[in-house]
Amino acid sequence: MVIPNISLGPFTLVDVLPYVALVTILGVILLATPFLVWYERVALALIQDRLGPNRVGPRGLLQAFADGIKLFLKEDIRPSAVDATIYYAAPVLMMIPALAACAVLPVADLRIDMGGGRIESVPFVVGNVNIGILYLLGLTSLQVYGIVLAGWASNNKYSLMGGLRSSAQTISYELSMTMAVLTGVLISGSTNMVEIVRSQAGTVADWNIAKFLPLGFIATVVYLIAMVAETNRAPFDLPEAESELVAGFHTEYSSMKFAMFFMCEYASMLVISGVATALWFGGWNSPHPALNFVPGFVWFILKVVAFVMVYVWVRATLPRLRYDALMALGWKRLLPIALAALVLTATWDAVRTPADKKSGWPVIEAPHDADKPAARASNAR
Amino acid sequence: MQGNSIGFWILAALCIFAAVQVVANRNPVRSALALVGVMCCLSVFYFAQGAEFVGAVQLIVYAGAIMVLFLFVIMLLNLGAPNPMMDRVGLSKPVALLASAALLGSLALAGALKMAPDRVGKSPVSGTVQQIGYALFDPGRPWLFAFELTSVLLLVGVVGAVVLAQRRSD
Amino acid sequence: MGPITATHYIGLSAILFAIGAVGVGIKRNPIVIFMCIELMLNAANLALVAMGKHLGSISGQMMAIFVMAVAAAEVAIGLGIIVSIFRSRETIDIDEVNLLKL
Repeated sequence: MVIPNISLGPFTLVDVLPYVALVTILGVILLATPFLVWYERVALALIQDRLGPNRVGPRGLLQAFADGIKLFLKEDIRPSAVDATIYYAAPVLMMIPALAACAVLPVADLRIDMGGGRIESVPFVVGNVNIGILYLLGLTSLQVYGIVLAGWASNNKYSLMGGLRSSAQTISYELSMTMAVLTGVLISGSTNMVEIVRSQAGTVADWNIAKFLPLGFIATVVYLIAMVAETNRAPFDLPEAESELVAGFHTEYSSMKFAMFFMCEYASMLVISGVATALWFGGWNSPHPALNFVPGFVWFILKVVAFVMVYVWVRATLPRLRYDALMALGWKRLLPIALAALVLTATWDAVRTPADKKSGWPVIEAPHDADKPAARASNAR
Repeated sequence: MQGNSIGFWILAALCIFAAVQVVANRNPVRSALALVGVMCCLSVFYFAQGAEFVGAVQLIVYAGAIMVLFLFVIMLLNLGAPNPMMDRVGLSKPVALLASAALLGSLALAGALKMAPDRVGKSPVSGTVQQIGYALFDPGRPWLFAFELTSVLLLVGVVGAVVLAQRRSD
Repeated sequence: MGPITATHYIGLSAILFAIGAVGVGIKRNPIVIFMCIELMLNAANLALVAMGKHLGSISGQMMAIFVMAVAAAEVAIGLGIIVSIFRSRETIDIDEVNLLKL
């Protein structure tokens, strides 16, 4: 499917594409949240053999909207003992990284006719930056502040416990997640999200999950477990464990502020599923060349939806982990496995690299050699 | 370029404001939050200077791990509330202010005297992951040895943290 | 306002460093002192990166990366020490903690 590079006033389609991508991706994520909530409740009801929401709208589809309107109209209560500034800032601090992460999410590759029969692949992404994956890691690590500060500012013991658990949990699982992501970067040979997806073109066997077997697969599993922990979803939802901590970090939050935490959970679920899709499951690539007639963004959305289904399925199936079991899983199982996968992948990659490439270090161009004697001499003049 | 320089002044002002908050605020949690703000500003400065990798690592390591650790300890020891005992003013305050003013003055003077005018047009140095990696593991440069030493340092750090965290049984 | 040069970054770095030094001098809460030390390390990093760019060398960035690694190790140990002092003495006031043994 080739799209002509239509001219829009002084700009062309390619010029405005990042802005189109920004509005589309943010809009889709925010609009999808109510349906996600509905889907989760229906799927949970199905698994637990009960009815689930079925009153508002056809099949209860408008239930989440009704809940949203209820939350918007509720009185905004501020408990008297909270640290007001941080209490109000916390939901925002949690929302910003969740939405900012969309910026490097590669959704599709558009074939654009640049004129004169020249067809170029232009990624449908907000920012096609070199260090996309590092940017994502940075943002996921910033997301914990929302929970920690909400827990602390609420001035409530249960909230504080939730915040404490969240910070420990995030730091522990971020390590395994980073190791798994680095394995993916090694397999793809790039830190650019678009390049990572492009390197997986072809069949299912070209996806990162299927490369360096079984190392790619192991790293994928580690990533998927760590990703559930990073989003604080069941069975890793200790920060809000309702049977022990009332509602954990958001016990003291009501109306809109609670709605923001709620939306944030689903938005980050979508974003991190998108990252998993791009990093391990081929992003917009179809599973087989015969299926290439389906546009890339359809594949991307299908894969993300599949992840969301897994999220719900896991939540309905597994009981919440005990705190020490959570730490033991993170530090004693996932981290060594992820580290081993990383080291083995690197070794494998180094061994199979042709000898002529191994012969020496690539020559670095002159500008970086200012601290070498010859260059210093020329600088002194 | 003009847009860049306006951005610099805004961010620099924010950065200094946050840094003052780190010191002036009596509440350790707010100090930590202000420090996170400083680190995010610095990360933007690194990106602006083409040091992509350093900027990203600044976010991941400093803002994402080190500061979360600080917050964790503050919350664990329940030091979140401002403690007047911790902030009593002694002789040290004016002395510290004077010493720091002298330090700032001398640093500024040294900077102004020593800095040659910027060699504009000199080929820019990029800090992509690739460039950093080539420089880091180049046997002809000093960084490889330092890198290996760092791994030992981190190992010592891990062992030390485990030893410190163990409760004594006696 | 002319273009931003390395001098600007180094000036900013000097200011941040001095603020951190004030904090180390006047604070009594060791955690905040620790944060001020981190602020000083960050200021040094900014100067290193700016100088590296000024000289067209990647060395400044390399040093900044090592500073970060050392800072991470230092924080892990330092906070561990603070927690174990708190466990045994119930206070972490820097003036109260004047014995070498726990």
